[in-house]
Amino acid sequence: MNLRSQTAIAGLGITKQGKVYDYNHVGFAVEAVRLALADAGLRREDLDGLLLNPGLSWGEAAMGSFQLQQAMGLRDLRLSSVMNAGGASAAAMIQHAAQAIAAGVCTTVACVFSDAPLKPPATKAEKKDGGGSAGAYGFARGLDAAYGQFGVNALYALVAQRHMHLYGTTNDHLGAIAVAQRQWANKNPQAQFYDTPMTIEDYRRSRWVVEPFHLFDCCLVSNGGLAVIVTAAERARDLKKPPVYIRGMGQGHPGGDPGETLASGAVLAKATAFTMAGIALSDIDVVELYDCYTFTVLVCLEDYGFCKKGEGGPFVADGKIAPGGSLPVNTGGGQLSSFYMWGMTPVSEAVIQLRGDGGARQVPGAGVALVSGNGGILSTHSTLVLAGAP
Amino acid sequence: MAEYGKPVPAITPEMRPFFAAAKRHQLVVQRCCGCGTHRFPARELCSNCWSREAEWVAVSGTGEIFSFNVMHQVYHPGFAAEVPYAVVAVKLKEGAKMTSSLVGVKPHDIRIGMPVRVVFEDLTDEVTLPKFAPA
Repeated sequence: MNLRSQTAIAGLGITKQGKVYDYNHVGFAVEAVRLALADAGLRREDLDGLLLNPGLSWGEAAMGSFQLQQAMGLRDLRLSSVMNAGGASAAAMIQHAAQAIAAGVCTTVACVFSDAPLKPPATKAEKKDGGGSAGAYGFARGLDAAYGQFGVNALYALVAQRHMHLYGTTNDHLGAIAVAQRQWANKNPQAQFYDTPMTIEDYRRSRWVVEPFHLFDCCLVSNGGLAVIVTAAERARDLKKPPVYIRGMGQGHPGGDPGETLASGAVLAKATAFTMAGIALSDIDVVELYDCYTFTVLVCLEDYGFCKKGEGGPFVADGKIAPGGSLPVNTGGGQLSSFYMWGMTPVSEAVIQLRGDGGARQVPGAGVALVSGNGGILSTHSTLVLAGAP
Repeated sequence: MAEYGKPVPAITPEMRPFFAAAKRHQLVVQRCCGCGTHRFPARELCSNCWSREAEWVAVSGTGEIFSFNVMHQVYHPGFAAEVPYAVVAVKLKEGAKMTSSLVGVKPHDIRIGMPVRVVFEDLTDEVTLPKFAPA
């Protein structure tokens, strides 16, 4: 059964993002669904499916979707589950929803991500006490901690360093990605860096976090929620907003040791998604890649075939992924400069572009969008091909 | 022994042979009895052949720098005086990879491919940490 364009994204809900403290992680999720339902012109009673990708604030979240369902007062769901494939979860979650709808399991699924790792600025007393939010992602285990290796930044840095060694990739190559995405964010009122320009000099001067990563190589930590409503394409056509068709979907999880291959799972995920969608790389108008780091953008451009393996650095150096360039990438500013809602950030920007709602950052004639998710240390991957027409 | 201010790894049951050997200043890793693959850290079964049978074997203690990073952020007060400091990934001659530190080399003098050999740092009466030095 080919699922091409049988389902569509009918609603999009983005809460306030970044250093906002209106809700905890559950509240942000409910607010995102409320906004997505309103966007679609649907009521809460129309939902019969709920999928949750829990951010870190949810803890183990073994029963997170149940917790969210209770918080929302939803009754009689026919699908309710937590999805977690790291940063690949969002596109995988939407794939799961689309499959369930196409199989007749349910009709209307809310796919939700939320997280609230940031705490309000510490008071003087709390600062004395060592309060505040620093180290939200500073976890480590056993031997890694003994050697002083903490957090995900350090693990990606090892992979990036090897890429630099083997292929001659430079910090200025990574900086070109950071600057391009900042330029997009400067055009996006919802971005945390909407009115803060950045030059390559600013990038070079930004402090090191873990070499080879500067601060501006790393995604933002954000509070917020993001939801989409997935339903049958036929039904979506009768709703408030133009449908964003789910033309193709695929996953590719290489697991293993990313340092050996310096590759993501994009090759496998892309093959599945592009075959279903019936498209080639040249049909893509906008590219929304999972950007936990500048480096993952570079690797994914290689793995999707926009350039050869190892040539990502020179490929991005000429500004072709920036506004006005020939290959618009992460057109909302991405997770580096807009907001970090794991894989939902690229999903939301694709929906905005395909609806033509991008305002100052709208890519003219955006008809087909490539969306990726990437998790673990390049160990999980998901691809969506979204389109404005079936 | 002087006060040691950094995180001391817990000696978990599955890693006990590793720490026991380190205390004797010997480096051991697991070798799968099914397919002979060397692996580190300890795992219950082999990801290559799924065999549950493994033995801890002494390895050469030599290898090369596979990759490295330079930590600039203080995540633990024990490292505050050392930033920026490097963390290395060492690929042992036998194939297994280990996270470690490279002693006697400034972070920016580290190169991928550098040959290294194991050295030992006694942290506490119970725990000795294998580190590496240029070979």
